[in-house]
Order: sequence, then structure tokens, then C-alpha cells
Amino acid sequence: MNEPIVVTDGLTKRYGRHAAVDAVSLTVRRGEIYGFLGPNGAGKTTTLRMLVGLIRPTSGSARVLGGRPGDPAVLRRIGALIEGPGFYPYLSGRDNLRVLARYNRLDGTAVEQALEQVDLSARGGDPFKSYSLGMKQRLGVAAALLGDPDLLILDEPTNGLDPNGMADMRELVSRLAASGRTVLLSSHLLGEVQQACDRVGVIAGGRLLTESTVADLRGASSLFVRAEPVADAERVISSVLGPVEVHRTGDDGLQVAAGPARNPELVRAMVQAGIEVHEIRSAERSLEEVFFEMTAEPAATHTPEEEMAR
Amino acid sequence: MIASMRAELLRLRKWPATWVIIGIWLTLNVMFGYVFDYLNYREAVGGGDRRIADALLGQLSLVGVPSTMVAGLPMFGGALVVILAALATGSGYGWSTWRTVFTQGPRRLSALGGTLLALGVVVATVATLTLVTDLAASAIVMGATSQDLVWPGLGALAEGLGGALLIVATWTAGGALIGIVARSPALSVGLGLVWLLVVENLLRGVATLLGPLEAVTNLLPGSAAGSLAGAIGAPTAIETGGAPGVLTVLSGTQAIALLVAYLVAFVVLASLLMTRRDA
Repeated sequence: MNEPIVVTDGLTKRYGRHAAVDAVSLTVRRGEIYGFLGPNGAGKTTTLRMLVGLIRPTSGSARVLGGRPGDPAVLRRIGALIEGPGFYPYLSGRDNLRVLARYNRLDGTAVEQALEQVDLSARGGDPFKSYSLGMKQRLGVAAALLGDPDLLILDEPTNGLDPNGMADMRELVSRLAASGRTVLLSSHLLGEVQQACDRVGVIAGGRLLTESTVADLRGASSLFVRAEPVADAERVISSVLGPVEVHRTGDDGLQVAAGPARNPELVRAMVQAGIEVHEIRSAERSLEEVFFEMTAEPAATHTPEEEMAR
Repeated sequence: MIASMRAELLRLRKWPATWVIIGIWLTLNVMFGYVFDYLNYREAVGGGDRRIADALLGQLSLVGVPSTMVAGLPMFGGALVVILAALATGSGYGWSTWRTVFTQGPRRLSALGGTLLALGVVVATVATLTLVTDLAASAIVMGATSQDLVWPGLGALAEGLGGALLIVATWTAGGALIGIVARSPALSVGLGLVWLLVVENLLRGVATLLGPLEAVTNLLPGSAAGSLAGAIGAPTAIETGGAPGVLTVLSGTQAIALLVAYLVAFVVLASLLMTRRDA
């Protein structure tokens, strides 16, 4: 599990003066689902394109499955869906996979297995251009699955899908990961990453801001208290818990840096002090809050022109 | 590269564009090579113009097949294979299929080589079909005009087929290169046709007034293709039954050498772009 299979060191891609990816050093370990999280235009796709050798880094290095990105031997062990599915519109889903299988020296069984895995066997004979977006994305995953790869790189696989399509895709990704594959999944959807991923790398403005487990990223949980008078409540809580952080929130509530285990103690003390307690609950930070805190500033430093360029 | 060629053959075979272009070429070839010339011949016979009638009958005869089959290739046939090849490589960027193929694992050079080989198989089939339909059309015309069936020698047939193959192979490589340069099917087809149908003809027109320009114009791929057709015996545009694009500015050997040079240059340039450029 701890064996690193994707390692980048200071990976950088510049377009003119603009750095689309700026010194990104990340590690994906065998068997995990790694979430690559960032707003649109953060550099996720550019990073993934470098990992499969579609583009060359300006500087820095990357090793994928122990080899050079883009090396045919390495690519045979990777399945990738990058920047949406790219297929021949006039061919059926099945024929599209047959073309790719021939490129990969695989036989027809691989095609049928891949279609089966993404639930497209029944519609495999229909032209690609008649597919819904969800089916096109699933065919993209099927193409990535050809040759039974060790590492799946999926770039925003749920992008543009309706809620049903998203749920299907999430289910598919967890199923694929359960079969022992390593999955590197990029997304700007936090819920998706929070549910599916073991570890995440957060990228914004081309820079990798942090890399850790989802739990660590969300940090310790806190308590939300609503009580009157609020000033008395603040004083009582401080006296009970000692010097912990107590903040007033915008709606006259209190954010207390403590775990839910302290609830009974705090309620008792406040009631004894004649304070009316309206609400007390544990308030875990969502990944979304963490994400907004981290990405707000770097993302805002880009001019609209730079956003366009990316 | 063979695996890539098999993959590309599958998708070219199932591509309606391939069959539309082959169908249009074979129809145009029979219409301009036989139907119109036969009607002109009938008119010449009716009008008592024996000289024109004989010239046309020579083109329509089985012995004339090797030169008739190459007559339309420098311009019309060339334009159609440029369209096919430019669409084949240029669409890969629009549909993002190059990206999908590259992430599957073949070396870029293998993928491009396979594509060019597959296109080569398609245009070689087209050249062979052209020979077969021309032989059939000529035999029918000979029957209709009560002429004896005098078959061309194998050497002459090989010369016609070889010339046709070299002309279409060069234009195919040129079309594939433009598709890769422009990274777009529409732009590459447009540029290819403007070059082939407009620029070469305009330059040839201007070159008749400017000596130094003529020397350069004679070295263009269209001049080489036209001269090869002319050397095989196709009548030039100003002769009876002649086709536009057919020239006699270069000898057959010069034309072959120049076409081979262009073919190699187009393939090398396409390979360099494909392997060096970000995808």
C-alpha cells in the first residue's frame, strides 16, 4: 500500500510567462484512491497530461510505475481518461474500443470485458455520437480499462453529468478501486473526493497547496453552541474548558474548538449558570470549507486573461 | 506499426467519408475519362472531324487506359486524396482521438506510421479500382464503337498503375501533413485544396511571364504529378481530350525523382511534428 507508484518532483509546465503547473511534487501510493482536487483551471489536467506523456514538462521530473511518463511500456499499465472522452463519432462504442484494442494488440475479449465493466454491453453497437454524456464518459473509462491497467488516471470523470450519471460514475470508480487498482482521480467536486478518496492533493493556481488524508485535511472537529446571553455562555465555556478557542459566529452562535465528548459537561455548566441553551452540536469542517480557505487566495491572484489561457 | 495500421484500417473502412471520396473519384474518373470523351467522339464522327475523332478514340481505347487512368490524378484525384488524408489526420485533433490513441501506449511514430500505411492501403486500392473500372469502361466503349479489343501490354499497365500510385501516395502524404500542421480537419482540407487547385495554377499562370518564377513553379508537387501523367502519355489540357493539371514541363524521370523527394519530405515532416509536439 505504501509503495509509491506516481512520484513527481518540482513538476512545472510553463506557457510563455504563465506557469500552468508550478513545482508540483506529489506521491500516489499503490492501491489508494488519490483525489486531485482543485478549481477549474488550477492545473489538474495539465499535470495529468504530463503524467501520461501527452505534454512534456518545462522542468521537474515525474516517475510513473517506475518509468518515464509516456514510455510505451508504462502506458500499457496505465488506463487514462483525460479531458473527456475522445472517440470516432461515426463508429459504435464497441468498434471504437476495437480500434483502440488493435492499437494495443489486444483481442476482442478485452473489448467485451471493458464494455461489461461499464455497463455498456447492450448499447455497444450504437454509434458513439448517439450516446448521452454519461455513456460517453463510461466508454472513456472502458477505453482506460483496456489491457487491465494497474493505474487508472481519471480526469474529472463526473464532469457535466446529471446526478444519476454522477452516482453511476462514483459507483464505478469505487468498484474499480475495490478490485485493487490504484486510482488517481481529479475533480473540482469536493463531495465526490470526500466520499471516494483515501488521500487528496489540493492544487490551485498551478501550485500543490497540500497533500494529506481527507480526515487530516478536515482537521479536528469543533462544537457549535447557541445560548443566551451569549457573553455569559462564552465566559462559562472558557472557564470550563480552559484556554481553548471560542469564537462568535456571525449569527450569535459560538464556535468552540472541542470534541463532542465535552458536550454534557458544557451543557451542565451553562444550565447551572442560568444560561438558556438553545442548541449544541458537533460541527465538523467539511472539505468544502477547508478547500475554500486554502484556494481562495491563490486562485484570486490570476487575471481573467490567465484563466482564459489555461 | 502493423498493429497501428490494422487499427486505422478498421476505422477508415467503417468511415463513410472514405467510401464517399472513393465513390466520387471513380464516378468522376469514368465521367471525364470515358463518358464525355465518348460523347465528344460521337459528335466528332457526326461532324466528320476525323482527326479529333481518332485522337479521342485513342484515349478511349484499351491501349490508352494507362494514360487515361493517370490523366485525372494530378488535379482532381489529387484533390480528393488530399481531402481524405487531411480529414484522416486532422479530425484526430478535433475528435481528440490522437490523444486517446497516444494514452493507449503505441509510440507516436508507430501510430502515425500505421495511419500513413493504412491510408496507403486505401489509395492503393483506389488506384487498382481505377485501373479495373477504366479497363471495363474502355472495353464497353470499344464494343459500342465496334473496335477490336487490343489489350495494353503488362509493361504499359504497370507504368500506369505505378505512376498512379506514386501520384496519389505523394498527395496523400501531403494531405496527412497538412492535417497534422493545421490540427483541424476543416482548415487543413481548405488549405490543401487552395494549394492544389488555386496556388499552383496561379503560379503557373504568372510564371509564363516571369522566367525565374517558372523554374520554381516547375518544382512544385503539382508540376511533378502533372509531368508524370504527361510522361505516361496523358494529353495536356490544351490537347484534344486533355485533362487540367497534366503537363510536360519535366521528364518522366525528373518527375518521379521529385515526387519521391516530396513523398519522403512530407512523411519526415509529419513524423517530426507528431513526435516533437505536445499533444
